[in-house]
Amino acid sequence: MDIFLQQIINGLVQGSIYALVALGYTMVYGIMGLINFAHGEVVMIGTLVTISVVGLLVKLGVPLALAGVAGLLAAVAVCMALGWSLERIAYRPLRNAPRLTPLITAIGMSIILQNLAMMIWGRNYLTFPKLLPQVDFEFAGANFTAVQVIIVLVSALTMGGLLLLVYRTKLGMAMRATSQNLQVASLMGVNINRVIAAAFVIGSALGALAGVMVGTYYEIAHYQMGFMLGLKAFTAAVLGGIGNLAGAMLGGILLGLIEALGAGYIGDLTGGFLGSHYQDIFAFVVLIVVLMFKPSGLFGEKTGDRA
Amino acid sequence: MQARLSVVALSVAAVFALGACGQKEEPKPVAAPAAPIAKPEVLVKIGHVSPTTGPQAHLGKDNEYGAQLAIEELNAKGMEIGGTKVKFELLNEDDAADPKQGAIVAQKLVDAKVNGVIGHLNSGTTIPASKLYFDAGIPQISGSATNPKYTQQGFNTAFRVMANDVQQGKALGEFAAKQGVKNVAIVDDRTAYGQGLADEFKKAAEASGLKVVATEYTNDKATDFKAILTKIKSKKADLVFYGGMDAQGGPMAKQMKELGIKAKFLGGDGVCTPEFMKLGGEAAEGHFCSLPGMPLEKLAKGPEFRDRFSKKFGAEIQLYAPYVYDAVMVMADSMKRADSVEPIKYLPLIGKAKYDGVTALIEFDEFGDLKGGAISVYQYKGGKLEYVETLGGAAAPTVKSDVKEAVAEVKEAAKAVAGAATEAGKEAVKAGAEAVKNAAEATKAAVEKK
Repeated sequence: MDIFLQQIINGLVQGSIYALVALGYTMVYGIMGLINFAHGEVVMIGTLVTISVVGLLVKLGVPLALAGVAGLLAAVAVCMALGWSLERIAYRPLRNAPRLTPLITAIGMSIILQNLAMMIWGRNYLTFPKLLPQVDFEFAGANFTAVQVIIVLVSALTMGGLLLLVYRTKLGMAMRATSQNLQVASLMGVNINRVIAAAFVIGSALGALAGVMVGTYYEIAHYQMGFMLGLKAFTAAVLGGIGNLAGAMLGGILLGLIEALGAGYIGDLTGGFLGSHYQDIFAFVVLIVVLMFKPSGLFGEKTGDRA
Repeated sequence: MQARLSVVALSVAAVFALGACGQKEEPKPVAAPAAPIAKPEVLVKIGHVSPTTGPQAHLGKDNEYGAQLAIEELNAKGMEIGGTKVKFELLNEDDAADPKQGAIVAQKLVDAKVNGVIGHLNSGTTIPASKLYFDAGIPQISGSATNPKYTQQGFNTAFRVMANDVQQGKALGEFAAKQGVKNVAIVDDRTAYGQGLADEFKKAAEASGLKVVATEYTNDKATDFKAILTKIKSKKADLVFYGGMDAQGGPMAKQMKELGIKAKFLGGDGVCTPEFMKLGGEAAEGHFCSLPGMPLEKLAKGPEFRDRFSKKFGAEIQLYAPYVYDAVMVMADSMKRADSVEPIKYLPLIGKAKYDGVTALIEFDEFGDLKGGAISVYQYKGGKLEYVETLGGAAAPTVKSDVKEAVAEVKEAAKAVAGAATEAGKEAVKAGAEAVKNAAEATKAAVEKK
């Protein structure tokens, strides 16, 4: 039982990270129907900027806690600027182009950002500074740390904040209007350029936050860390229904849980026939089954008129 | 629309024009050096492949530095082959540790008509690429591909300058048994290297009476191992063996600690790096890993090589740089002995190499494997790799004692001869001489066996 509980904790934390990244994908998709494949790289830049800023400040004699906060703020600022420029450079000129074109520029931006990061931060793995003291908890035989609790809390809070923003503010209303119909919203006096830029900036800020969380959790960073994470988060967003905020959160957590339980139990369930190397397959089988019965994902709205 | 079409047409025309220009200009640079042919110099192209992008880029760059150092030293020294001065040129390629990419860059090197290839770094990329080099008759020496399959495909072009994973897995299995553990868990990263090493370890561990309680898998891009480690925890293993690289091994050791797993961690050469300790932090403390060969400090030319390396590149040696350096040197040495840089002429002489390199005295067996490859075990202590012991290989203490015994036998026999000569004349001398001969042969056999 304690092992089962441990696997649930593993999955929940991993899933919260996926969810936090997935929110960035789903926000942009929800508004303009574009899959921003460079989002994983935004997360990576967030982590690496934090490392540099914290390293620099600690060297200058700033206390670690303060340096950590400054690092987080710097990462958020850099990623917001990055998100804004991405939209301005790679996507806005192609807003009326066929749907495939911005997808290709997105992949292009992802490759450019990876190589840029490699040139700036080098090829080696970097260690993320220990921002939070190591506090271990034990509950019913399962081990977890303060960082894990914080990760789950932060993603839940962010998600709540985002829902408030979208459903309770004027900007949120403009976003929802734009997502329904770009042209009509623009005719109704919504400044769609500003709304779309806002979606990118907010999504990137969330990405920076996710980057700091990932860094604190695994304590390592690398210029290619965003790729796999982005892919998994994208899967999570599709599982939950891309374009839907609650769906992204749920999809992320579900994916994390499926992976952890899959890796933990698939071997025993199949009598050793399938091993833990099938954990990804396990997750994707669930995704396929869900999409077979609900093509728009668990929480997805009907998108027939979009596609 | 009309305007757009014409733009397209223009750009197409421009591309053609550029292409045409390129074609026209191409012969020029070829023709140019023909004029000032004062000093005939033969250009020797050595291909080198390692992943310089992707998760193992730090190791790939390390290999590249090793090859670069060797090439620069060779050129600085100046070498004459077949009466003409040769200049070595290094063609670096990046295979991103991806077998598909490995085959593509291998073909690129074959097409560039390189005289020899050093690499690749990973077994997974080296094995498929070795077929292409074999078909083209290009000699290949890897400084780091340890999977046994590489040299067992019957390719006379494939060599390696370090012990393979059969030797390493066996040594690690025996080492684990000596640590007094009973239940072991095995994790591998599903690459040719990781899987091969884990399989060999498993065989050796089981042969030594250990029980394998869990076999789990991850991949060479993963960062989260909590799910498989939790499962290992439930099986109560005393030792976790990891067949894979440092980028996964370090975080794995850390996550073991976070999950409260008290088992020892043991890995092969892929995790025996400064990077592992950097990534594992405190959690790396007290764990074990192995490296083919002897520690650099214990080698005659080791410390001096380390100084040269760090002075040149301002970086620490990660892992395989000395082996790659030796691989280049063995290739150059074989060219010199063959007095030719043609692959077909110097290839047979690689097999006969007897080169005193930085890492070992390099001699190859009939498969192209290093003769008498030693394996050294290290422990992570206080952020450093501390040498524990060397298993197998020519320099191992067991061999020394064998040799000592054999030498003692020879001496005794000689004494007997001396005694016999005075007493019983010629016949006894003959018998005594035979005894000496036998003992000498026994010595030779003992040395060769190891």
